[in-house]
Amino acid sequence: MVAVLEVKKLTHYYGKRCALSEVTFTVPQGDIFGFLGPNGGGKTTLFKILSTFLKPWVNDPWVSDPSRNAEIYVNGFNLFREPHSVRKLLGVVFQSPSLDKKLKVSENLIHQGHLYGLKGVHLKNRIEEVLKKVKLLDRKQDLVEKLSGGLQRRVEIAKALLHEPSLLLLDEPTTGLDPAARLDVWAILQKLKSEGVTSLLTTHLIEEAEKCDRVGILQEGKLIALGTPQDLKEGTGGDILTIKTKKADVLKIFIEKEFGESVQISKATLEDVFIQKTGHKFEEEST
Amino acid sequence: MTALLSIYTLWLREMVRFVRQKNRVLGALGQPLLFWLLFGSSFSASFRPSLAVEMGYMEYFFPGILTMILLFTAIFSSFSIIEDRKEGFLQAVLVSPASRLSIVLGKVSGGATIALLQALLFLCLAPLAHISLTVWSVGALIFALWFLGLSLSALGFCLAWRMDSVQGFHAIMMLILMPLWFLSGAFFPQTGLPWMIKSFMMINPLTYGLSMIRHILYWNSSHLLTDLPSFSLSIGILGVFGAVVLLISWKVVRHS
Repeated sequence: MVAVLEVKKLTHYYGKRCALSEVTFTVPQGDIFGFLGPNGGGKTTLFKILSTFLKPWVNDPWVSDPSRNAEIYVNGFNLFREPHSVRKLLGVVFQSPSLDKKLKVSENLIHQGHLYGLKGVHLKNRIEEVLKKVKLLDRKQDLVEKLSGGLQRRVEIAKALLHEPSLLLLDEPTTGLDPAARLDVWAILQKLKSEGVTSLLTTHLIEEAEKCDRVGILQEGKLIALGTPQDLKEGTGGDILTIKTKKADVLKIFIEKEFGESVQISKATLEDVFIQKTGHKFEEEST
Repeated sequence: MTALLSIYTLWLREMVRFVRQKNRVLGALGQPLLFWLLFGSSFSASFRPSLAVEMGYMEYFFPGILTMILLFTAIFSSFSIIEDRKEGFLQAVLVSPASRLSIVLGKVSGGATIALLQALLFLCLAPLAHISLTVWSVGALIFALWFLGLSLSALGFCLAWRMDSVQGFHAIMMLILMPLWFLSGAFFPQTGLPWMIKSFMMINPLTYGLSMIRHILYWNSSHLLTDLPSFSLSIGILGVFGAVVLLISWKVVRHS
């Protein structure tokens, strides 16, 4: 198993608030790796550091260079010491659009290609290829502002794929999309996986995390669970028994004598993993 | 080579965006025209700067309007980075392998070119102000205006990079840009001013930008150029100013 991405002991502070605490994980070649967590859990901070957008900062006068403690490698290149080499290997899809809406789809892709040193016929061919991958070849000459949100997100993915990156990073790639457009994005991600592309994405949707090969759960900056969705769910002890009752105080006696108003047996979900690790339900938290 | 490609592509994006937003072109031409006509014609009745004895006030004010166009267009174009880098095109540029210096140069030269184009449009009105243009003076002006635009655009770049909202721009405009322009010699020459104002004018880089423009416009009638820094001093100071703001811009991008 070759690791495309290796992250060791990554810590980041915003002032005195710890956003990431000693996060360590590896992403094997060809996986779809998902980070699940509530808003404010540290997903976006992690994404920003991995995409070289943000440098980690540690609130400790003794650590002048946070990159000394943490280590991040992409295909063996050190992200802090060789950012230039790492940037060539990453394809980045931001949560907020990075397309210029006043430009055509093709113009956006040409600029992106130029920034990665692609030009001429090679660039032209690559643009056709990536637009074919996201099924938007016929919209090449349209202004981006004329496309729906779902199509724009597909162009964002095409843009990130243009220079054939080793690792695709996506920050909440389906947020703000309708269910059909979400499925489109997932179909593209799975198609890319079959072609050997490694993806790392963040999500706050449990059903999306279930589709990943491996999942890390981020809560208050800590990686509280890491593994395949199957392993994580089995770790909770298997099936889950949910009992709804209005008489919680006498529940114990009730269970012994007769069952409550409703008894429900279901397979464990990642939400149950979350509840078990944190002691509370998975819900949106704002910072 | 890749650095040049990045600079070119970022410059081109500014150009295409500018051409596609036609109301921006009109607005950028309308406002200076209005300023020139309103201020120019009303001041010419009461103000008689020593220089404006031989030329009307409208003529004296004309190069001042040219610098205003450069100042505002160049700095406005840089201020677009406030939103662009948080939720826009620049995010992707910043995670690309393009060198930080080429990002600065691409953006800043785009702003400078737009400012130059707008200033040239206004320059077509020069005959109305009784300013005669020659092929030589227009050619020299293109260089001078572009370089001044580049420096001002870089100044906008370092101001904008640290700001997190466009609202802050208005404070900057009133506190920095307006005084820079008012006290550059656009409205009145230095003679007879209180020493405080005079010394501010002497450290104001725009004073030297405007002086450079006046020198080029009145190259053959130097009797109209009294009370100005010399041409070579103006160019020298602008060169230093341009280099410093470009360096600062490069630094702020590298450290973000």
